[in-house]
Amino acid sequence: MVLVKAGKPIEDCWTHVENGDALPEGPVTVSWARWQTDRDNIAKSPADLGVRIPNTVTTAEIGAEAARFGTIIVNFPNFGDGRAFSQARVLRAQYGYKGEIRATGGVLRDQLQFMQRCGIDAFEVPERAMAEGWFDALNEFDLFYQPAEDNRPWIQRQRRGAN
Amino acid sequence: MYRYDEFDRRFLDERVAQYRDQVRRRTIGQLSEDEFRPLRLRNGLYLQLHAYMLRIAVPYGTLSPAQLRMMAHVARKYDKGYGHFTTRQNIQYNWIKLEDTPDIMADFATVEMHSIQTSGNCIRNTTSDPFAGVTADEIEDPRPYCEIIRQWSTLHPEFSWLPRKFKIAVSASETDRAAVHIHDIGIYLKRNEAGEVGFQILIGGGLGRTPLMAQVLRDWLPKEHLLSYLEAALRVYNEYGRRDNIFKARIKILVQALGIDKMREAVETEWARMDHTKLDLNPEIIASIRAHFAPPAYAAPAADGDAQLNAATASDKAFARWVKYNVHPHKQPGYAIAVASLKPLGRPPGDCSAEQLELVADLSEQYGFGEVRVTHEQNLVFPDIRTENLYAFYKVLAANGMGTANAGLASDIIACPGLDYCSLANARSIPVAESLGKHLAAREEEIGPMKIKISGCINACGHHHVGHIGILGVDKNGEEFYQITVGGSADENSAVGGIVGRAVASDQVNGAVDKLLDVYLKQRVDGEDLPATYRRIGAEPFKEAVYGAR
Repeated sequence: MVLVKAGKPIEDCWTHVENGDALPEGPVTVSWARWQTDRDNIAKSPADLGVRIPNTVTTAEIGAEAARFGTIIVNFPNFGDGRAFSQARVLRAQYGYKGEIRATGGVLRDQLQFMQRCGIDAFEVPERAMAEGWFDALNEFDLFYQPAEDNRPWIQRQRRGAN
Repeated sequence: MYRYDEFDRRFLDERVAQYRDQVRRRTIGQLSEDEFRPLRLRNGLYLQLHAYMLRIAVPYGTLSPAQLRMMAHVARKYDKGYGHFTTRQNIQYNWIKLEDTPDIMADFATVEMHSIQTSGNCIRNTTSDPFAGVTADEIEDPRPYCEIIRQWSTLHPEFSWLPRKFKIAVSASETDRAAVHIHDIGIYLKRNEAGEVGFQILIGGGLGRTPLMAQVLRDWLPKEHLLSYLEAALRVYNEYGRRDNIFKARIKILVQALGIDKMREAVETEWARMDHTKLDLNPEIIASIRAHFAPPAYAAPAADGDAQLNAATASDKAFARWVKYNVHPHKQPGYAIAVASLKPLGRPPGDCSAEQLELVADLSEQYGFGEVRVTHEQNLVFPDIRTENLYAFYKVLAANGMGTANAGLASDIIACPGLDYCSLANARSIPVAESLGKHLAAREEEIGPMKIKISGCINACGHHHVGHIGILGVDKNGEEFYQITVGGSADENSAVGGIVGRAVASDQVNGAVDKLLDVYLKQRVDGEDLPATYRRIGAEPFKEAVYGAR
């Protein structure tokens, strides 16, 4: 897999710690389950902290403390399961979350622009993605029928401007 | 009707280009069939038994002559010379080649049509009353709100990968011609006590394995909140709808599990905490969309319009019968709403040839204001025929296989494509519809209003649960059998029909339906319809008639 941000492959600076493993130095992510049970210990660590959330966690559960995470990794267990679209969108729109939201799992090229519009700004994609030009998909549409979290203009507003 | 502006046109061009590239990537192997499947489905392309099937959206069932002519062109150039109108006001082509599909979509884009979200687990084409804008009994034309929903739901970034498909219908009449209660979200335009027009929002209707009627989510919603409220409801569904079992994934199952009160609480809570300001509709936006649906320039009634009509009905019995069943009152004096039947006896319901499509386009210009509607009962509606022109109009229809005087009668049968085309079906629907329609035609006037609906499998595309008489194809050890239900209804008194008894063989369907109808004719009082009789006398007399006393 390769991590892509702003259309470019980047080094993943986060260490994704398994449940039960000791926390290493530097920025780490932990699972939502571990955060639930071991929050006090983890919180003592001075390093940057991220969390990996299953798509069954409601935004009401994570929203209030979202701001303390440097990255929130949302999951698409398969490309047909779109719960994380809502998770990302609500984190941005209702909880004002400004950190990274990263998509993992069964991500399709043709979903990337939907993800970006919902506020996802980092993508774990298969190695072939760069050679196949997946991130061209972020510019396939420049017109949108609804407001979203990417702050791009949308048609209803553009029409009012045109009037 | 709604006409695209530069934004709509550019958007659709971008969509066609995207799809063309998806097909290219599939062809060179960058996309596996598993990866391509959800993409083609979201463009209305199914792989059926014999070929690809392409479903084109007809937003809220309204068509222009240019669109009809393009439908004819596509039927001729890419299919076998005909199309098939569906129970959701769309059109399907059954003999399509994958490599042609980008060009077909580009052709349709030139007449402001598309196949976006006509399949897949996303928000589908919004349907409406085929008499919208011309019927006297509506609060206001519901189609501007359908168009507002169409735009909002098109490539919605959050709701394009839902647990299951999501269907919305909007109606504004006391008489429900849009089957609002069987939709995931059903919307009625409604006045509040102060007389303001807003929306009643229903949720959780649907057919399939678990037929359920929608319940009231909110009794009255101010117009400006339409989209923000829908967004709240869809978010609750996207978050909580089941994804572990495809048969439990529709929102109706969530509503059933939570109960309507908890569902309402969840939607209202979400609605209260989200920011409405961007999505709420200001009055100018609503007015600008409504302007597209402004009434045409109606002329005063002809002085002798009624006299001409009466003379024609007196001299031509067939025409008189057609007027009785296929013509409906118009809100404008001097005009009528006319139904062109796509149910000629012994033919597949809803099929329409390229020649017929072109004729319909011509007739809509010659006798109307260039507008045609598709009904969920798979017929076509001409909304604006002048009274004195009805006879001449009828004669052209009749000469071209669309003048059958059976609208709303027993031979006006809804049927899904069934095992003749569909890879999901357990049994054929079309031959059963053809045979039953012919069988009942002789006494359909005596029977009166009658809704017979046939599905070839439990997915219920033919709406069998809500037929006055419903027929469901089932497979028994490789043989086609048919389970019959009675007493269902899709109108404002919607109800799921009751199963009469064990399924019967295909050659016994006509006889069993005869027996059900005999009971109805004997027992009905005061012109009540079959569902009313069924509510009054219960299932037993019907069961006994078909299967004998126990």
